[in-house]
Amino acid sequence: MAKRIEAKDLNIFYGNYHAVQNVNLTVEPRSVTAFIGPSGCGKSTVLRTLNRMHEVIPGAYCTGEVNLDGVNLYGKGVDPVAVRRNVGMVFQRPNPFPSMSIYDNVVAGLRLNGVSNKKTLDEAVERSLQGANLWNEVKDRLGKPGVGLSGGQQQRLCIARAIAVAPDVLLMDEPCSALDPISTLAIEDLIQELKDQFTVVIVTHNMQQAARVSDQTAFFNLAAQGQPGELVEMGATEKMFSNPEKKATEDYITGRFG
Amino acid sequence: MTNTEPKTTEAPIDVPAGADTDPTVSPVSEKAAGGSAVATATETTPPLRVTKVAMREPSKAPDKIFSGATLATGIFLVALIGAIFLFLLLTAVGPLSRNEVNFLTSTEWTVTDKRLAFGIAGMLWTTVVSSIIAMCLAVPVAIGVALLITHYSTPAIGRTVGFLVDLLAAVPSVVYGMWGVRVFAPVIQPFSDAVAGSWLGKIPLLAPGLQSSGTVFAAALVLAIMILPIVTALSRDVFEQTPRDHIEAAWALGATKWEMIKTAVLPYGRSGVIAASMLGLGRALGETIAVMLILSTVRKFDWSIFSGGETFASKIATNAGELDSPTKTGAYIAAGLVLFLLTFAVNAIARVVAAGGKAKA
Amino acid sequence: MSDTVNETPAQVDLSRPTGKRQMVDNLIRGLVWIAAAVAIVPLFWILGTVVAKGAPLLFTAEPDYTRICAVEAKAPTKEFLDYKRVAASECDKDDTDNAKNIWLSGGKYPGVNEFVAYRPVTPLTKDPNAAASGGGIVIKGREPQAQKQSVVGIPSSDKAGTVRTASADWWTKDQSATDLREVGGGALHSIIGTLELGLITSLIAVPLGILGAIYLVEYARGKGFSKVVSFMVDILTGVPSIVAALFIYAVAITILGGTRSTMASALALVLLMLPTVLRSTEEMLKLVPDSLREASYALGVPKWKTIMNVVLPTARKGILTGIVLGMARVMGETAPLIILLNYGPRLEWNPTSNNMGSLPTQIMGATEVAANYPGAERGWGAALTLILIVMGLNLIARTVGRSKKSR
Repeated sequence: MAKRIEAKDLNIFYGNYHAVQNVNLTVEPRSVTAFIGPSGCGKSTVLRTLNRMHEVIPGAYCTGEVNLDGVNLYGKGVDPVAVRRNVGMVFQRPNPFPSMSIYDNVVAGLRLNGVSNKKTLDEAVERSLQGANLWNEVKDRLGKPGVGLSGGQQQRLCIARAIAVAPDVLLMDEPCSALDPISTLAIEDLIQELKDQFTVVIVTHNMQQAARVSDQTAFFNLAAQGQPGELVEMGATEKMFSNPEKKATEDYITGRFG
Repeated sequence: MTNTEPKTTEAPIDVPAGADTDPTVSPVSEKAAGGSAVATATETTPPLRVTKVAMREPSKAPDKIFSGATLATGIFLVALIGAIFLFLLLTAVGPLSRNEVNFLTSTEWTVTDKRLAFGIAGMLWTTVVSSIIAMCLAVPVAIGVALLITHYSTPAIGRTVGFLVDLLAAVPSVVYGMWGVRVFAPVIQPFSDAVAGSWLGKIPLLAPGLQSSGTVFAAALVLAIMILPIVTALSRDVFEQTPRDHIEAAWALGATKWEMIKTAVLPYGRSGVIAASMLGLGRALGETIAVMLILSTVRKFDWSIFSGGETFASKIATNAGELDSPTKTGAYIAAGLVLFLLTFAVNAIARVVAAGGKAKA
Repeated sequence: MSDTVNETPAQVDLSRPTGKRQMVDNLIRGLVWIAAAVAIVPLFWILGTVVAKGAPLLFTAEPDYTRICAVEAKAPTKEFLDYKRVAASECDKDDTDNAKNIWLSGGKYPGVNEFVAYRPVTPLTKDPNAAASGGGIVIKGREPQAQKQSVVGIPSSDKAGTVRTASADWWTKDQSATDLREVGGGALHSIIGTLELGLITSLIAVPLGILGAIYLVEYARGKGFSKVVSFMVDILTGVPSIVAALFIYAVAITILGGTRSTMASALALVLLMLPTVLRSTEEMLKLVPDSLREASYALGVPKWKTIMNVVLPTARKGILTGIVLGMARVMGETAPLIILLNYGPRLEWNPTSNNMGSLPTQIMGATEVAANYPGAERGWGAALTLILIVMGLNLIARTVGRSKKSR
């Protein structure tokens, strides 16, 4: 189920503004890759092109290819809505649907895509919530509103919602930055488990988190002041953090800037 | 958002089975809770197997239909306004061209097969005078009430007063009309008779009319009561938004309460109050039924506010039974168009003033 | 602050300021409270009048007899003695010993100066001639036997001349059997008419308003055409009700040749309700955070389903409030009804028929007769009913708007 996703010659624009240039990277299946870099260098932007969320913003587009196991997501005739069923996303702020219960939130993706068999949905709820380490806490109150949980629980609910549709790749955009340290730890543990089944790409501004959680790390930075962002270096996390090849990477890791 | 889960640790708590499951929101939830007896997970992870669920490929059609429908509604709305204007104009243009007197300056209104002579001067006067009097009476009271609610009373009293004034807006205009003509106008009559009979009655505006009941004055008073809630509510909003620092600066200078209001609240709220007054004026201009019930019609046009008269709206409504021929309908529609333009102009002024005020702040 | 602050080393004066500044301050304070009183007094006056005059009609009914004040007049025929109706004030005068209170059966209500043929009637159960009841009336010139037959009994508890009995007639009967000068009947036709009008108007205005708001917020935000649409809605907001009615008249009746009916009035009312629903829905949709839309897109849900299943349910409460408030406003509108509907006293369910009752037009009819006629008094009852409906809707809107968000 987990697939390889790669970007080829990716250039990203907001209208006339060239935001990110010439990104080439590969993410292996069943691994966790972290995008790191200073604010504004484009890591979230790159993440959003991987599931075609970037073009939801009016005037935004990109050129190049994003291949999911060889299939170009930006190819002719490809439906962006279909892409997003295969590449899921968890956002920075937990955003469970306020008009739905916990149960309804988890299966929202399934239901809205036509699955109505109750047995199927029940099983999906249990598996997804177990997968998100939330099952035991909410199994007896699945009918309660989704917004009634604590911040950390809400984020895990959003993760359950995202994995319920069994995406091939799971994108996470700074999923812990709005949470307290203990919830953060819980989610980091969860990410380690998720990589058994999914390909995970996580954007984080917290380097220690990247070091803890990921197998591969990609470092993004602005090419120069006023220039588009770009992928500076990507490699195995251990190597990136102990012995990076580019000086910019080393400067960032050691805290000389960013 | 409500937070019913105060804990921040992730240790699973011992929730008694079936405790807070809400039966009304999701009927399947109880099934789900009961059917998962196999789950014996503790903190250490069970092997999770989230399998791919077969999902239907959605067709593109609903998206296009839906967005098309909303676009159609948008187009419909634009077309509607255009159509209103166009139809009214078309129906009115015929009679207007055959009008034997000047539409804008004549006070005659004869719409028969023999003679087509209709002029709106009388209606214009009555409409404008009654509405302006209403506005002049309502606005100071509204400002006073708004100041009371925001600055002079306790929050509890302020809320009550605000609620009561809002109730005034919930009274339908036909009830205002009936109350006005049956209860209020007779009470006002001695007062207006006194003024008209005194030396003030020498002024044409205040001269006694043929009948002393059903006067423009009485109608204006009722209109004032009717527009009071709108002006008060909007003024209240704008006074509440006065920046705290302006107020505190005035306090710090040792100003009395009134001086503080004069220097901080009123200047800030001026454009908002003007906009509110314009909206109230617009409402008064278009008010039909209350005016129609209160005003007694007059044979000959009279300048005085202590005599009867007809506004655009009341004349059209009174003669609703005469709309049987396109000619007659056209004449009344012409009057209606003038009213539309009047209210549109006033509302536009209100919008411009309000926007200008916002931009300044 | 003291005005003598420049004097060294005087005591710091912390007493309240006196003099002109304080006087002005106090004056304004007083004026502000007076303004509040001026604003609230009419409210209580109106509501008080409506409730006092209208409430009895809502749950009691007048008895089937009426008291009038009459003087003996020239009798046209010998069998009946005719009486001329005089003003009630004559009855109270001491020197007019001819003027008497007379009670007629059948609930007829003759006008002042009208001749009344006084017919023998069956006495009621209570003894009509018992002195203690205070009701026995001597009618001059009649045989004592005939007198007893002629007088209608007045229950002793009645001081004013009529006694009301609990009755739900107001809510169950219409006016098809009663005219403005008679007591009896109810307002069912008007109530049903008003409710039907509100319902039909809402059925048309609500979908249009919501679709238009969805267009402005979800599909066209920022685009040029949305500004045009928004401007048009603003214009529609300012159209006076009479002009809207004229437009529908011009289109539906003059040009298309239709007839006055509830449907036609409903169309005019749609023009008035539509902007309210659209604007409030628009505000509510704007309040839904974009992150929810994004979460839905990220699950691979198409846009229209996102709107229907995520955005609208989230904004549901506010939208409902706007709808209810729009309904309340529209149910009190009268001008379109005058132009586009004929008042009919019979209960009528068909919205395309020519005549239909409605509360506002019933009230209007009530103002066209003398104030002491039963028809006029029914107008106050109709006013109270209408106010109850409108305020009830306002209350519902407030409650819906304030209920807990989490549910």
